[in-house]
Amino acid sequence: MLDIIIIIVAILILVILFAIFRVSSLVDIIKGDSSTKIPSSNGFQANLLLLFLIVGLIGGIYYSFGGLEEDFVLPVASKHGVITDNLFWWTMAITGIVFIVTQIFLFGFSWKYQHRENQVAYFYPHNNKLEMIWTIIPAIVLAILVFTGWKAWVDITRESPEDSEIVEIMGYQYAWSVRYPGADNVLGEYDYLKIDATNQMGIDFSDRASFDDFIPREIHVPKGKPVRFNIRARDVIHSVYQPHFRLQMNAVPGMPTQFWFEPTKTTEEMRAETKNPDFQYELVCNKICGQGHFAMRYIIVVDELEDYNEWFKSQEPWLKQNADYLTEVPTKLREAASIVAGIENPLGLDVVNGLTISGSK
Amino acid sequence: MSITDIQVTDELVHDDDHHEEHHEQSFIFKYIFSTDHKTIAKQFLITGIFWAMIGGGLSIIFRLQLGFPDMDMGFLQPFLGDWISNAGKLDPEFYLAMITMHGTIMVFFVLTAGLSGTFSNYLIPLQVGARDMASGFMNLLSYWFFFLSSVIMFVSMFLSTGPASGGWTIYPPLSALPQAMSGSGMGMTLWLVSMVFFIASTLLGGINYITTVINLRTEGMTFRRMPLTIWAFFITAVLGLLSFPVLVACVLLLVFDRSFGTSFYLSEIFIGGEALPNLGGSPILFQHLFWFLGHPEVYIVILPALGITSEVISTNSRKPIFGYTAMIGSILAIAFLSFIVWAHHMFITGMNPFLGSIFMFLTLIIAIPSAVKAFNYITTLWKGNLVFTPAMLFSIGLVSFFISGGLTGLFLGNAAIDINLHDTYFVVAHFHLVMGSAAFFGLLAGVYHWFPKMFGRMMDEKLGYIHFWLTFVGVYLVFFPLHYIGIAGFPRRYYSFTNFDAFSSFVDLNSFVTVAAFITFGAQFIFLFNFFYNIFKGKKAPLNPWNSNTLEWTTPRVPEHGNWPGEIPKVYRWPYDYSKPGAKDDFIPQTVPYHQTKESNTDFENEESKKE
Repeated sequence: MLDIIIIIVAILILVILFAIFRVSSLVDIIKGDSSTKIPSSNGFQANLLLLFLIVGLIGGIYYSFGGLEEDFVLPVASKHGVITDNLFWWTMAITGIVFIVTQIFLFGFSWKYQHRENQVAYFYPHNNKLEMIWTIIPAIVLAILVFTGWKAWVDITRESPEDSEIVEIMGYQYAWSVRYPGADNVLGEYDYLKIDATNQMGIDFSDRASFDDFIPREIHVPKGKPVRFNIRARDVIHSVYQPHFRLQMNAVPGMPTQFWFEPTKTTEEMRAETKNPDFQYELVCNKICGQGHFAMRYIIVVDELEDYNEWFKSQEPWLKQNADYLTEVPTKLREAASIVAGIENPLGLDVVNGLTISGSK
Repeated sequence: MSITDIQVTDELVHDDDHHEEHHEQSFIFKYIFSTDHKTIAKQFLITGIFWAMIGGGLSIIFRLQLGFPDMDMGFLQPFLGDWISNAGKLDPEFYLAMITMHGTIMVFFVLTAGLSGTFSNYLIPLQVGARDMASGFMNLLSYWFFFLSSVIMFVSMFLSTGPASGGWTIYPPLSALPQAMSGSGMGMTLWLVSMVFFIASTLLGGINYITTVINLRTEGMTFRRMPLTIWAFFITAVLGLLSFPVLVACVLLLVFDRSFGTSFYLSEIFIGGEALPNLGGSPILFQHLFWFLGHPEVYIVILPALGITSEVISTNSRKPIFGYTAMIGSILAIAFLSFIVWAHHMFITGMNPFLGSIFMFLTLIIAIPSAVKAFNYITTLWKGNLVFTPAMLFSIGLVSFFISGGLTGLFLGNAAIDINLHDTYFVVAHFHLVMGSAAFFGLLAGVYHWFPKMFGRMMDEKLGYIHFWLTFVGVYLVFFPLHYIGIAGFPRRYYSFTNFDAFSSFVDLNSFVTVAAFITFGAQFIFLFNFFYNIFKGKKAPLNPWNSNTLEWTTPRVPEHGNWPGEIPKVYRWPYDYSKPGAKDDFIPQTVPYHQTKESNTDFENEESKKE
């Protein structure tokens, strides 16, 4: 019933609007103002343009400088982030000025030079000097922007420092997996053919370096030390994005990528700064990857260096947690693997498998 | 038609059937399989309007999801069926399907076919003084390939597995593997087939536009006397001709990967519980190929709009366009540079950072000719005698969007700043203003300006004003706030933001944007009414309603096939002699020889007049 009433009301409104439209166009015809080609509301439109300029500028400035309930500038928590933020705000200042000036000219001229009976437009087809000026000045300003941006870009994308902490991040539908190199500080090889339901990252246990690798539930990184993310994906493209670190790099299947940065604020410090006791650094997926794209969240914890080292030491190698995978270690490395991974009773397993393997030979 | 005739501009209608040997065509050949460029242009326009309403309608549905995530969408079940769950929730995968279709439809079907297809077709022969396109049959094919492509894309939206859903950029492996999302199955296949027909249509059209402009200009219509609209359409067609074939290659390799087991874009993939055999391909290769088209494509979209604006602003300022040569120069510069900036879409894809540096330099260079264009428009307004027809207002709106959106390009083109802004709402705000809304305003300005020529009747001015103000204010209210949430790091293509603490803010702002989008979309129905009603019932148009100089206004009120009943008029001057000092009117059509305008000629023009 309600639906029908809504439909009837909607139709009535449309009919009324149409009637108003007809009446007003008939009035226009009776008035017979078609002799002139200047719209009757020309001046009114000009005033509206001016009004739009004024209200728009006031509104834009008000909302850009604190008029919004929430702050749209996220606190920055990495070393390079300070530099890119700086570039951002310089660019904002320059473009902001250009924006305001050009919009004032655009709408201001529209209002000022609205049609008047006795006014004659100024025949002004070109002025080479003027055109040179506004080709060269933007060129200089842009050159400065490009140069500073280029310097920052080169600095951010250069090879990571020797002493960087290394973290491997792998994206898949719809989560992240993270691997640390363990005590030897070298990540073991991986092979996508070795991926299964347990060995999600396809760690290759024929590589010695993989024995002590560990896979934690959340990412920990130390404050004040360079951290290098080795990034890959195993199904479709994902993107490792962390807005507080001003960090982003795509995760591409078949093509490992990397990004290094230096965190400058621990999670605790950010909690104090944002006055949010639950603050967490969140890793975000920022490349469309399927229906769960909007839910690929992973926590990054920034610790003081000591806390980080402690945490790092307390992690168990993945191989220890999944001792079955010793079978994938070549026989002669198995003992070494058990020792490195700290597996306590590898013998029974080793013997059984050793027999099978030698039996099959 | 003689020259004196045109100056009787206020004469309303006069019967124009004093031309000979016109034979009546059947309905089918006159309106459906027509080879007349004017009919084909109208076909493109109306198909474009249809697509714009679909594309806009989709955006309204997903804006509802973004603005009011808790809303019960059960009322959409009659239209969307199982894509709305029984609890009234939109399916997250269909959300992606809608944004994909919105992007594809708007970029290709509305702003490429709807804009270039309409106005290149309509204006090129009329403004260069040709009876029709170089090949009317190819032109007919161009529309019907577009139509076929439209039908296929439209059908794909009704598949049970959904249409293509990997974003309009269809990056593989997501788009290559049906295991990755259901839209990458049949939906993606139809998308690819549809695009191949679309490209065929664009190329057929483009070849025609180029040939017509080069070969069929009337006597006296030198390149230096061509209206800027024609320059823009001409260069746009060249851009399309050079870049769209690369998309074919790109799409074809994707078809091979999807259907014939090749590995151009696929390598080391484990999905759906199994490892795929593909090795050695590169998803980045796809992105290079795609953006080699994709970047020129945004200029294919915006250049015709800028061309239309040049004409409309000049006519309604009653002033010559400022810096005609610089305008042509900047079109050429933009066209050239647009081919060597594509990788700025790929700064953080893992592409070599050195390549990123190069593309950053090239990208920021392209800002210079764009800035020149904006300055020249503003200077054209300066000391004019401005007439605010709806077309003029839309053109001013376009310039405003072009500046607002263009400036944010300086952030995104700067690789260091792009790290944090890439794929956020800042990008969404940027391209919707500079390319989407600006080009859309160009399209509307063109419709309001040339409607009297197209249909021989006038559109209603008041409705035009209401349409303009609702749309103009609406577009700013939709896209300006998106900059803020972009700076705050909100990722685009997110179904909802509730999973992240960092994005739990700005709920009100998102609702506000949705309401603004609703109003903006609603205002388009005013346009629809104004457009379709006045095709039949509008006031009959005078021959030259805007006192314009270009050739199309010298045709009869409703030009027949062949455009001019008698001889094709000759051209004696450039199209921008508005308010020339000494002239008795504030405009001198291109068909008026210099020897008739002794009072306003320069010395050079007096020399010229002796040769006439």
